[in-house]
Amino acid sequence: MTSFSDKVLLRFLANTSWLLGGAVFLFFGLLSPKFLEVANLVNILIQSSSAGIVAIGMTFVLLTGGIDLSVGAVMFLSAVVAGKMALIGLPLPVAILAIVAIGIVFGGVNAFFITRLKILAFVVTLATLYVGRGLALMISQTRAMNLPETFLHIGSARLLGIPFPILVFAVMLVSSHLVLTRTAYGRQIYAVGNDLTTGAKAGLPVLRIQASVYIISGFLAAVGGIVSVAQLGAVSPTFGNQREFAAVAAAVLGGTSLFGGRGKVFPGTILGAILIQTVENGLVILNADPYIYPLITASIIFLAVLLDSLRHQQFKELYSRKIRSA
Amino acid sequence: MILFECESISKRFLGATALRNVGFNLEAGQVLGLVGENGAGKSTLMNILGGVLAADTGQMRLFGESYNPGNPAEASARGIAFIHQELNLFTNLSICENLFITSFPRRRIAGIPLINRARLREATSRLLHLVELAIDPEILVEQLSPGERQLVEIAKALSIDARLIIFDEPTTSLSARESTHLFGLIERLRSEGRSIVYISHVLEDVLRLADKILVLRDGEIVGRGSKSQFDFGKLIALMVGRQIEQLYPPRCSAPSQEVALELKEVSQPGVVENVSFQLYKGEILGIAGLMGSGRSELARIVFGLETHARGTILLNRRPLSPHTPKECVRRGMAFLTENRREEGLLMEWDVARNLALVQSPFYIRGPLQLIRDAALLERVAATAEHVRLDASILRGLAVKSLSGGNQQKVVLGKWLVENPAVFVLDEPTRGIDVGTRCEVYKIVNQLASEGTALLVISSEIEELMGLCDRILVMCRGEITASFMRGQFDREAILKSALRMASVSNSTA
Repeated sequence: MTSFSDKVLLRFLANTSWLLGGAVFLFFGLLSPKFLEVANLVNILIQSSSAGIVAIGMTFVLLTGGIDLSVGAVMFLSAVVAGKMALIGLPLPVAILAIVAIGIVFGGVNAFFITRLKILAFVVTLATLYVGRGLALMISQTRAMNLPETFLHIGSARLLGIPFPILVFAVMLVSSHLVLTRTAYGRQIYAVGNDLTTGAKAGLPVLRIQASVYIISGFLAAVGGIVSVAQLGAVSPTFGNQREFAAVAAAVLGGTSLFGGRGKVFPGTILGAILIQTVENGLVILNADPYIYPLITASIIFLAVLLDSLRHQQFKELYSRKIRSA
Repeated sequence: MILFECESISKRFLGATALRNVGFNLEAGQVLGLVGENGAGKSTLMNILGGVLAADTGQMRLFGESYNPGNPAEASARGIAFIHQELNLFTNLSICENLFITSFPRRRIAGIPLINRARLREATSRLLHLVELAIDPEILVEQLSPGERQLVEIAKALSIDARLIIFDEPTTSLSARESTHLFGLIERLRSEGRSIVYISHVLEDVLRLADKILVLRDGEIVGRGSKSQFDFGKLIALMVGRQIEQLYPPRCSAPSQEVALELKEVSQPGVVENVSFQLYKGEILGIAGLMGSGRSELARIVFGLETHARGTILLNRRPLSPHTPKECVRRGMAFLTENRREEGLLMEWDVARNLALVQSPFYIRGPLQLIRDAALLERVAATAEHVRLDASILRGLAVKSLSGGNQQKVVLGKWLVENPAVFVLDEPTRGIDVGTRCEVYKIVNQLASEGTALLVISSEIEELMGLCDRILVMCRGEITASFMRGQFDREAILKSALRMASVSNSTA
């Protein structure tokens, strides 16, 4: 039914994030051979792991048609609490458990307001963003906090030769991809994101599914926080600032729709997260003016959204009813 | 064997009676036709059966056991499937996933319950085979036609082995061929011993399919019996509670010689080809054609909603430039969409504000371009009376809570605040009851006598024959025939609508 050229076009539009990623690699690779060295590529992966983990959680939320603006604040709060605990001498595993607990509790609070009190996700998570940052600033007394060596050790640790951040990233990626594509729960997330009332009529536990994605997002934000802190070794008062937008950008760049029901963590969101990090890394290697980083990242996001919109229109056009063969 | 029975079912909404003392029974392998005007209580009754609503009083029994579903899931667990007018499918998921969204076959791998894809595919193929839909089960629902989606819904009913299947207006978005397929399928479901409740405004279909018929009016049963006891006229009389001597008002005016709208060789690749006609002032011109003949697309091109590659369209002898809906409205053209929920109404707004929508740009004044609300609302109130909308529902009530008939009057009314020069009506009576239908016809007739040129698109040939001065027939994007009033012949029109389709089938 569809002609060959249409098929090529569809293929192209369905794989824009790959193509965009390839173009970026080619661009920086041509400008600087250092960019394509294995060490640098591993470096990019390590640097994108924290943002990538947070973006995976954001993808779950976006798939249901919601949004979670509190992820950056959760990263900050959990890092500060963990830092305090480590500084007063509590063992590392306890600190890590506390971080995870904070993420889950925050997600739970978001979920409660959104699904039980029926307040818009945007408003609820905007409020918890400020609550989270406020609490963290209070605990840290707005001072940067240097963490004990033990934290940095896990940041540079390797298992079977794989750096710890990449390992965590990979585990989160594989498990979330499995959940979203291969489990009933995952497919039900897509169903709820497509139409809430249809989901309820079909007998899906709509509220429970909605609530669960905020808890997942809170959990992954906390994990992303640990991974980031373990690399930095310190928590500054701006830690986690605006990470919510980076997470949304990564997801959207990877083809996740803000309207729900569409998107994938693999390759989509992961590619988006790596792409953003790649651009920053490339610009550093090229010694570009740091002030233009945000402008370039913004252009890439804009381009991705533009391509997404074009793709959407093209799909509509191709699937529209044709009465006669033109 | 009695499969389902209910007695003395009553339901009130905020003091208004929706159902009063309704009872009926249904045997296994029987098709019950349920008819009534919009607001007669059909949907309420079926929602009670389907577990969406709870009855205030009354009992229901399924297979002789008490049946009181608390929610739709419970109803389906007991073997009752409800196929709604607006289909309940997840368009972003595949057919398999839609069929088994609450009951995926699983297999455990290292303790993790994953979906068993192979079994899912197999089970879906089996169900699709039952509804005679030969298609890849992995295909996304958004890529299916309305008819195919409906078959998926039926497959869903079969997946829970539903013993009672409720169809609510199943044919509204189906092509003729898809409807025929559906009817064949319903016959088969019946022969398998399943019971069916079939709700439709298309009385011919009800008379053809049903074993027995139940007529509701104002929440009460006003007629029941086997099919042989009813005919078309009797059903209508029961539904409206009075004899409608004439569904179509007599044409009391003749078209003038003055051309209001002219199309010259309008073409759009893949959609319409070489369409030319003239529409005169005061004329009612019908466009007949099967689903997919290009009739609605032509209407959208005329109103500037879709582009055309070649040809000219003249309104009052002058071209429309730019050819946009805004320019069309400015020049006095009106367009009633076939899709009132999505395109015709702002569902959350009240009646008055919906009615004022088209005219509000003409009621602004001052440097701030403020809308003269009082003057506009006064005009709107007069329009509401003209289309016989009750003044009490004008303000404060979202149009989504109105019946289909009243909604259609609002869509119609918003274009009549000022009489249009040309009025394009796409399926003006889709999904509305006989009473409202009659009122729509009267309004159309009256507009024609006041000089408006009307282009009416309808899939019901009888409607066009009753209403129009002239009928053009479209097939595969081309106009294949033209009939003047007096030469109207149902069979000849249908033949012209099918002609090219059958030619292409034989050559293919």
